[in-house]
Amino acid sequence: MPLLDTQADDAFVQFERVQKSYDGETLVVKDLNLTLPKGEFLTMLGPSGSGKTTCLMMLAGFESATHGEIRLKGQPINNIPPHKRGIGMVFQNYALFPHMSVAENLSFPLEVRKMGKSEREEKIRRALDMVQMGDFGGRRPAQLSGGQQQRIALARALVFEPELVLMDEPLGALDKQLRETLQFEITRLAHDLGITVVYVTHDQTEALTMSDRVAVFDDGRIQQLAPPDELYEAPQNSFVAQFIGENNTLDGTVSQLSGDKCIVQLDSGEEIDALPVNVSNVGDRTLVSIRPERVEIDPDLGPDSHTLDAEVLEFIYMGDVFRTRLRVAGRDDFIVKTRNRADQVRLSPGQKVKLGWLPQDCRALDP
Amino acid sequence: MTDSATGPDQFTGATPDNALRDADRAAGPVLAADGRPLKQSLSRALRAQKLRALGLISPLLLFILITFILPIADMLFRSVENQIVSETLPRTVLALEDWEGEGTPDEVVFRALAADLVIAAEQKLHTRLGSRLNYETTGLSSLFRKTGRDVDEIGEVYLDQFEALDPAWEEPGTWVALMAAPDWIEAQADWAAQAEADRDFDSPEPRFRLDPAAGEAFPVAAPLYQRFAEVIQVENEDSPTEEEPWPIVYQALYEDLIAGHGEGVAGEAGRLIAAARDAVPGFETASAREGFLEIDEDWGNPEVWGTIQSFSDPYTAGYFLSSIDLQLTPNGVEKQPEDQQIYILLFQRTLFMSLVIMGSCVLLGYPIAFLLSNLPLRTSNLLLILVLLPFWTSLLVRTSAWKVLLQQQGVINDVLVWIGLVADNNRLELINNQTGTIIAMTHILLPFMILPLYSVMKTIPPYYVRAAKSLGATPFTAFWRVYFPQSVPGIGAGCILVFILSIGYYITPELVGGTTGTFISNRIAYHISQSLNWGLAAALGSILLAVVLVLYYIYDKIVGIDNVSLG
Ligand SMILES: Nc1ncnc2c1ncn2[C@@H]1O[C@H](COP(=O)(O)OP(=O)(O)OP(=O)(O)O)[C@@H](O)[C@H]1O
Ligand SMILES: [Mg+2]
Repeated sequence: MPLLDTQADDAFVQFERVQKSYDGETLVVKDLNLTLPKGEFLTMLGPSGSGKTTCLMMLAGFESATHGEIRLKGQPINNIPPHKRGIGMVFQNYALFPHMSVAENLSFPLEVRKMGKSEREEKIRRALDMVQMGDFGGRRPAQLSGGQQQRIALARALVFEPELVLMDEPLGALDKQLRETLQFEITRLAHDLGITVVYVTHDQTEALTMSDRVAVFDDGRIQQLAPPDELYEAPQNSFVAQFIGENNTLDGTVSQLSGDKCIVQLDSGEEIDALPVNVSNVGDRTLVSIRPERVEIDPDLGPDSHTLDAEVLEFIYMGDVFRTRLRVAGRDDFIVKTRNRADQVRLSPGQKVKLGWLPQDCRALDP
Repeated sequence: MTDSATGPDQFTGATPDNALRDADRAAGPVLAADGRPLKQSLSRALRAQKLRALGLISPLLLFILITFILPIADMLFRSVENQIVSETLPRTVLALEDWEGEGTPDEVVFRALAADLVIAAEQKLHTRLGSRLNYETTGLSSLFRKTGRDVDEIGEVYLDQFEALDPAWEEPGTWVALMAAPDWIEAQADWAAQAEADRDFDSPEPRFRLDPAAGEAFPVAAPLYQRFAEVIQVENEDSPTEEEPWPIVYQALYEDLIAGHGEGVAGEAGRLIAAARDAVPGFETASAREGFLEIDEDWGNPEVWGTIQSFSDPYTAGYFLSSIDLQLTPNGVEKQPEDQQIYILLFQRTLFMSLVIMGSCVLLGYPIAFLLSNLPLRTSNLLLILVLLPFWTSLLVRTSAWKVLLQQQGVINDVLVWIGLVADNNRLELINNQTGTIIAMTHILLPFMILPLYSVMKTIPPYYVRAAKSLGATPFTAFWRVYFPQSVPGIGAGCILVFILSIGYYITPELVGGTTGTFISNRIAYHISQSLNWGLAAALGSILLAVVLVLYYIYDKIVGIDNVSLG
């Protein structure tokens, strides 16, 4: 299993062959295997309906796994009710209790743990200071802005010092600027407190900037589990390649395969160099993927490398980069990004150029 | 910018920008773009909108006014209104003012009563007065009826003696000549001639007018004769020229003459009067008091007079006092006799049972509403229809069904006996008592608790309870500290609905309540449709209304009315 990448004995959270079905007909989560070491910030990223929330709910205890085992600190928790799991949780819609003040909201988890009054007050004060909301203890949630409510929700999930905190799209309802501020704060807090975080998001920038590792979900499976840079630069399959960042894809067939290099014959007849990732035999159908910023225009790559003929369709000036759309191998949507340097040529529509790339930048993936 | 037209502050007129600048400079009221105060502009802009809104609600407003506000106002009025006594017995009420409440009143009072009662009997008002006073003291209704039949005999002694003195006293014309204003006599004669000529006897005779001189000459007899003439004309559609006055008028005339009045009467009538003046000292006298006591000896009972005196004011607190088991007596406010104290008990019982019904509705309805709000919409809609199902059958049918189920030989007792929980000779009394009313009304009012609860619970998102559990709360704590407080508005709304509906409920307690399970509303209905004591019914209703309003106020203070939500 390629996804069991961490040793089971330092596992803090572990999903083992977990399946989940709501209706008994379709599996919403299919064979989930995931191991989290203590202190890791893991993000679950994926399209809507891919089963991220379901996984989180199974971990929190609000849904039961149909099959498989979930372990926390080595202990199976399938039969432990949610309130005994000691997992902090931040909900997308904050779920602050509307009939309690901010301080009472924070006091709630401490009261149910039968903590003394002075200790509670001390912890509440610290937690509020931690999210820079020290002066808001007396307010009702309805009297707070969205961002402030989110901070309180965060403080409430952290105030009882859980070792594991789950966050389901906590910043989904906020505007971009606020989101960036809070992203930074959440990562800072997570690192300062040394807590383990499982974070669900739709937003790939968020996933890439915040996480130690990202689990890309699709169709109830983890498509790839890797640190952000690896995810971006070395996607394991065409879903991940297309889901993360911008990407050019071309369809073709493997015509030569030797070790870590292969030659792919595109459907238009031209041949290109690529890195075999998900292809094993000559004659396999494949989808090759090249990041727009790794394409070189009129390259000088050596004698035996292949290049493609291209025609410039559009040139867009974006400030720090130029974005050029070209017609390549019969497709009109091939994008090339070049940095705005003093010596960078600016192409004009109709111009004919040659395109090339290093073979390791062009990944031959599953079709 | 050199263009003066667009430079700042170059316009002296009201441009939007200038207005804003003005507003900034002046610390006074904020101005709209046209220079008016913003508040004024705003209210102008809103006026049309308000008028439109008013137009839209006006049909309903009118409807409510006519069918709701006015009846309530009328009810409040009826609960204190008591004009019948002072209107029917005006002379008696006046004469009785100085009576101390000891023994029987003076002869003057009896004479006044005789005059009032003769007139009332002629107008058939004495029976209504009797029923009204009967609410306060039983027996008065028959006393008045009986007296009304015989009261015209009072004064006959005088009538006989006047007629013996001169047969002219038998003639209605004598009296007309004595009392009527000369111009009326002329007008009446014209009218009679005209009617004879046209053979049209339907047009009414001119209204009788008293001769002011006669009024002075006969201070007692003249007003009475005038009243007689009016009654004859209006009630009997007859003419004073053709009817001999009531005996009581003769007695009044006697009183005037014996007191030395009756001077300055001219002509033929003057001669008659002069003769009578000479004769009256020799007349045999008869006291009105004796006359009344002869008709019914109850007139000698101070309690009867006390009742009349106590209720002589046009407005009375008597109905309200009766509603709280007190009564108005000549000696002030007193408790009703022990065996007639029922209303306080009924009010207490109504409140208590309404609270019990409300409580059982909460206990039964809350879990149902909770279940409904947590089910998928399809299922919950189906179940909701079942909740509403009782509304599709008649209230009467449902209540009767409870009779079948709950009676001692009924289904529930049969089942209990069959199971062995209850001995056959010791079957439970489940109907015709408070238990029956509580069971049946809880059933009937349950939907009014479930619906607001359901619609409030529906709006409580499931993630609150999840959040509470994730924070370490046990399912019970999560429910009690997080879910329940948020459902309180629904409980509040349901409780208000159920309580207010049940406090005024009528049919069900009437059918299954027996004697111990009836409500105050049953008593109100009894007074409206059977005893016809509408004043008391109105007072009871007003008290009920006041109790509800007070409870509503207390509720607002404790729970807060903005804490009530129907969804
Ligand atoms: N309570 C439920 N009952 C039945 N099906 C459910 C339930 N919750 C989720 N599903 C289904 O399970 C699948 C996965 O849902 P899930 O909420 O885990 O997706 P997600 O990845 O969190 O999506 P999103 O990004 O939109 O939040 C979806 O097809 C959804 O319709
Ligand atoms: Mg989700």
